[in-house]
Amino acid sequence: MDRRSFLKTAATIGATTLPIKKLKAEESEEKKEFFGVLVDTTRCIGCRSCEVACSEAHDNYVPDIENDNALENVRTTSEKQWTVVNRFETGKGEVFVKRQCMHCWQPACTAACLTNAMFKTKDGPVTWNGDKCMGCRYCMVSCPYDVPKFEYFDWNPKIQKCNMCFERLQQGKKPACVEACPTDTLMFGMKRELLEIARHRVYNYPEKYVHQIYGEYEVGGTGWLYLSSVPFEQIGFRTDLGTTPYPEYTKEFLISVPLVLFAIPAFLLGLNLLTDRKKELNEKGGEK
Amino acid sequence: MNNTAVIVGEFKRFIKFFISELKPRGKWLTPFNVISIPIIILGIIILYIRFTQGLGSVTNLSQQFPWGFWIGFDVVTGVAFAGGAYVITFVVYVMRVEKYHSIVRVTVLNGLLAYIFYAGALVLDLGRPWNIINPIIGNSFGYNSVLFLVSWHFLLYMIAEFVEFSPVIAEWAHWPKVRKFLTALTLGAVIFGITLSMLHQSGLGALFLMAKPKIHPLWYSEFIPLLFFVSSIFAGLSMIIFEGTISHRVFRNLIGEKSHHSHEQIILGLGKGAAIAMFVYYFFQALIFIHQEHWALINDFWGYWYLIEIIGFVLIPCFMFAYAVRNRSMGIIKIASVLALVGIVMNRLNVSVIAFNWDAVNKYYPSWQEIVVTLMVVFSEIWVFRWIVTRMPVFNKEK
Repeated sequence: MDRRSFLKTAATIGATTLPIKKLKAEESEEKKEFFGVLVDTTRCIGCRSCEVACSEAHDNYVPDIENDNALENVRTTSEKQWTVVNRFETGKGEVFVKRQCMHCWQPACTAACLTNAMFKTKDGPVTWNGDKCMGCRYCMVSCPYDVPKFEYFDWNPKIQKCNMCFERLQQGKKPACVEACPTDTLMFGMKRELLEIARHRVYNYPEKYVHQIYGEYEVGGTGWLYLSSVPFEQIGFRTDLGTTPYPEYTKEFLISVPLVLFAIPAFLLGLNLLTDRKKELNEKGGEK
Repeated sequence: MNNTAVIVGEFKRFIKFFISELKPRGKWLTPFNVISIPIIILGIIILYIRFTQGLGSVTNLSQQFPWGFWIGFDVVTGVAFAGGAYVITFVVYVMRVEKYHSIVRVTVLNGLLAYIFYAGALVLDLGRPWNIINPIIGNSFGYNSVLFLVSWHFLLYMIAEFVEFSPVIAEWAHWPKVRKFLTALTLGAVIFGITLSMLHQSGLGALFLMAKPKIHPLWYSEFIPLLFFVSSIFAGLSMIIFEGTISHRVFRNLIGEKSHHSHEQIILGLGKGAAIAMFVYYFFQALIFIHQEHWALINDFWGYWYLIEIIGFVLIPCFMFAYAVRNRSMGIIKIASVLALVGIVMNRLNVSVIAFNWDAVNKYYPSWQEIVVTLMVVFSEIWVFRWIVTRMPVFNKEK
């Protein structure tokens, strides 16, 4: 390989690694203040006002809460409904649990998204931008809570998920579900303050609550926090997800990429020159 | 001025030549044509429905299984099968092992077409494919995404492979000067291509790192990228053996006497490489299994399924390769390569589809439409392959 083609290779490699050096160095501790919502499941009466308010605020399918008997089954959020309330029979009686996007502190979906269509805004909501999304559904593969939902029966499909009423927050309003809740099950605020309130309740009423705030540490911490009277696995939560933020799982691989991009071509070039030298020596030996 | 006239004249000549080359040659009613043409037509109809009524109209994909057969087989498995190109270019251009020079062109062509068709099949699966330019033109770079890296590397690797193959095109078009220039780029493209391959072969595995709670623990480990990379080596080698065996029958008249004789030597060499790569892969798998203390998981359906994959389709073909190389048995090498390829299909589908949400109530099975479209992709690739090898100097014709 002559010098010209070497420089050419080096230049191309340099050009392709440039974007990678911008790899975000995530902070190991949560410093910035985010909005969040505290869900006290002991207060929820299963009226499903939040489901209606959410769908009305986002032009989604509005459930007929009087007649559809939806509480008979455990449901998941769908491409038509960003939030659902489920009923669980537990040792402490009926427990109602509202589910929606958890708005993780370090979301797997935004780390998965190759177009930044899935985006964590600076206030905390994780939002989706249709002008950027190419519909690869990698966010759905990555999300530990299976939150993003895809419109499979549309030629121009959207990813549907709770956006914590991002557009209402900008107007200084609370999320629609929080405003609609008649029992103060949902409390909107800064996550730090919500955590204090949650701890306060757990300490003051130790017989009423299990001593865990779901979302304090799970998958690195989430914007939505839950309190419960029974262990969380009994009310439909996965408790095996760990406390590591999900983007951490691919971080090592991504860090190794620029190293490989520089080290391997150098190694291969060296190897190539070495084999050439061998051939030369063989030829010389043959002449003798 | 004179120069431009020459270029324009040459270009006109090439267009004429290209159109004359486009005309079909040979018999029309071959068994392959009879099977492939209806399937390709049916596939195009299915794709029309898919692009007008949404992915759900023809696929069995669901909210729980966002990635199905098109990603798991066409893209993830297809790209592993195309690994032969970077292995062979490494051996021939970097290590300068001249023995394999006669298969470089056909292997690179296979790799290039595999990327165009199988990685290209990714577009069929995208919900909003018109936005595919976003991560490329730079208005929204998701640097933190493994998929960003993989898609960029697909694109760059296709360019690198095209540069590696381009001297053949120049030779076919009778452009000796262009050919000389393009040949000078080969080593650069090869080195760049090998590096990209290492990264995106492992990157395809890294895609699944964030699906930790969804993949059965026997198939999930933090070493998926490494496993995907090592297995792409023997996947590629086995594919060259498998595909070479067929090519040597089907395109018999295109291949010179000399290549027919050296073919056996080449296959034995590839078999040896595959045996070593497979043993390393098996060793990694065993290490991961022991370190993660997976003994408790082995005594149910998933445990047996895992053992079938690792013992039946990695360890056994590995020993078959080793035995066949020692005893110079071409038959056993061919069987081993088929087993190894089946093992790769199993492994890639296990990680991406089968052991993904393994405990789901409504499991995913591909619809017949998904399978027809996959066959369409494979058949179209073979059509293009056949067109190129019957016209361009891909095979070595030396007597």
